[in-house]
Amino acid sequence: MLVAQELVVEHRLAGVSANFRSGEVTAICGPNGAGKSTLLACMAGLLAPMSGCVSLDAVQLSSLAPIERARLIGFLPQTPEVAWDLTVETLVALGRLPWRTSLEEDAAAVEAAIETMDLEALRRRVVTSLSGGERARALVGRVLSGNPRWLLADEPLANLDLGHQLALLGALRRLAREQQLGVVLVLHDLAQAMNFADRVLVLADGSLLADGPPEEALAADVIAAGWGVKARWLGEPGAKALATAG
Amino acid sequence: MTRPIPLLILALLISVSLSLLAGRIWIDPLQPVTPNAFIILTELRLPRAFLALCVGAGLGGAGAAMQGYLRNPLADPGLFGIAPGAALGAVLSFWTGYSAAPWTLPLFSLAGAAVAMALLTLIAGRSGGVALFTLAGMMIASLAGALMSLAISLSPTPFAMSEIVTWLMGALTDRGWHEVWIATPLTLTGLAVLRLAGRGLDALTLGQDAARSLGMEPHRLQGLLIVGVGLTVGAGVAVAGIIGFVGLMVPHLVRPFTDRRPSALIVPSALAGALLLLLADCLCRILPTAIELRLGIALSLLGAPFFFALLLRMRRGLV
Repeated sequence: MLVAQELVVEHRLAGVSANFRSGEVTAICGPNGAGKSTLLACMAGLLAPMSGCVSLDAVQLSSLAPIERARLIGFLPQTPEVAWDLTVETLVALGRLPWRTSLEEDAAAVEAAIETMDLEALRRRVVTSLSGGERARALVGRVLSGNPRWLLADEPLANLDLGHQLALLGALRRLAREQQLGVVLVLHDLAQAMNFADRVLVLADGSLLADGPPEEALAADVIAAGWGVKARWLGEPGAKALATAG
Repeated sequence: MTRPIPLLILALLISVSLSLLAGRIWIDPLQPVTPNAFIILTELRLPRAFLALCVGAGLGGAGAAMQGYLRNPLADPGLFGIAPGAALGAVLSFWTGYSAAPWTLPLFSLAGAAVAMALLTLIAGRSGGVALFTLAGMMIASLAGALMSLAISLSPTPFAMSEIVTWLMGALTDRGWHEVWIATPLTLTGLAVLRLAGRGLDALTLGQDAARSLGMEPHRLQGLLIVGVGLTVGAGVAVAGIIGFVGLMVPHLVRPFTDRRPSALIVPSALAGALLLLLADCLCRILPTAIELRLGIALSLLGAPFFFALLLRMRRGLV
């Protein structure tokens, strides 16, 4: 369990507490500037809150050495970059950096990640030559090769078309179910959050507006309060669409 | 994937033996060694070859690490201000006249490099940010450059002035074993430190945040880089003066033969830098010019057109 207690970050978060459970997909939603990325960076141990703390299975994140933390929590930034013309295989292998394991063990973890993200056909391709969807899969593969227990991703669906969005979310949910991975995603698309997340946190102005199953946390009144938009949900569970009115 | 390291080592072995034979006086390996030839070999060519290997390895390895750290293929070890700092130290030793003793020039130069490293750590060490670090390095480089010009313009005698200017051009002529003893341990230590930075540099390929999430510690990496580049480049400048383009050019040449991770580039770049400097120095020695061509000038003459061609080729990929 990843637990945030009364996190305060100047101008960003005003005392946010939340629990994240492994084996679940949790979506963090909210209007621009609500503090979503800040919360995620705190949870990933990349940003130290002014007060409050983050703990992982009752151990304070700040007490872990960076390398120990890196083995437990994988993080995908909002604008992932790859500086050199690495092949997909080399990129995925970068996820092994926090580990000091044998070459065989590293290779096995890389193979597993390549298999999970269906990268076999791309493994010798240079990352910069990939399409947006392929690149996103390769970048998630990079996180998975480190065998983290948590995967935190900041807007992983940005720049992906609908088909690739659904494929990526499906893959992440499968990982959560099958490998008990804790998945925390910052999502802008409320319909995707509604259909794919097990739980949704809604942030507004640095405070928690709602926290619960998507049907409750993304109810019409929360959307009106958080985004100032009048909207209602159409369709059946698992395939809902958001209809907005002026 | 091509494995560049064994090939480079083989090329180095061949070049070192050839370089010992080549020069104003060619030594025939099939003839018995005459006393004169023995002196030329042990007192001139052997230390000079070692020095070329050492300085080239330092510059090549430091260039690879710098490009990895700044995630920019145009980065050069000179950017950190360590080479200009070391050069300023050397200039001051000429200026004060201490350069007459054999050990003082390199020591002044190393002290200059150390001051530049300390300044870098002081200015940029707090944040660990790459941009501030680079700006601090450029500031130190331009300050050292200005002080050098000041020293030259105020030099006590025209002789000192010409000595300074010639020295700054970089060369391996008239060097002996004591320069080898100074440069080798420092360069090897520096390269070892840069190798330690390898994992951090690899992580940095993914950007600052992703790198930190992989356990990279910005301060530690920055410290390793300052020490590693400081030792290799500082030692190189202390014994050979300013030699440009090696740190920029060599990682480019080597990168296509590796998997392009920064850590995989450091050792091959060091070996290729050693090879390049050795060959360039031999070329300077055997060219039939009245006064021997300065190594620093030769490399710039070679390097600039090479780099221009490289840019033209890259342009196709960039546009």
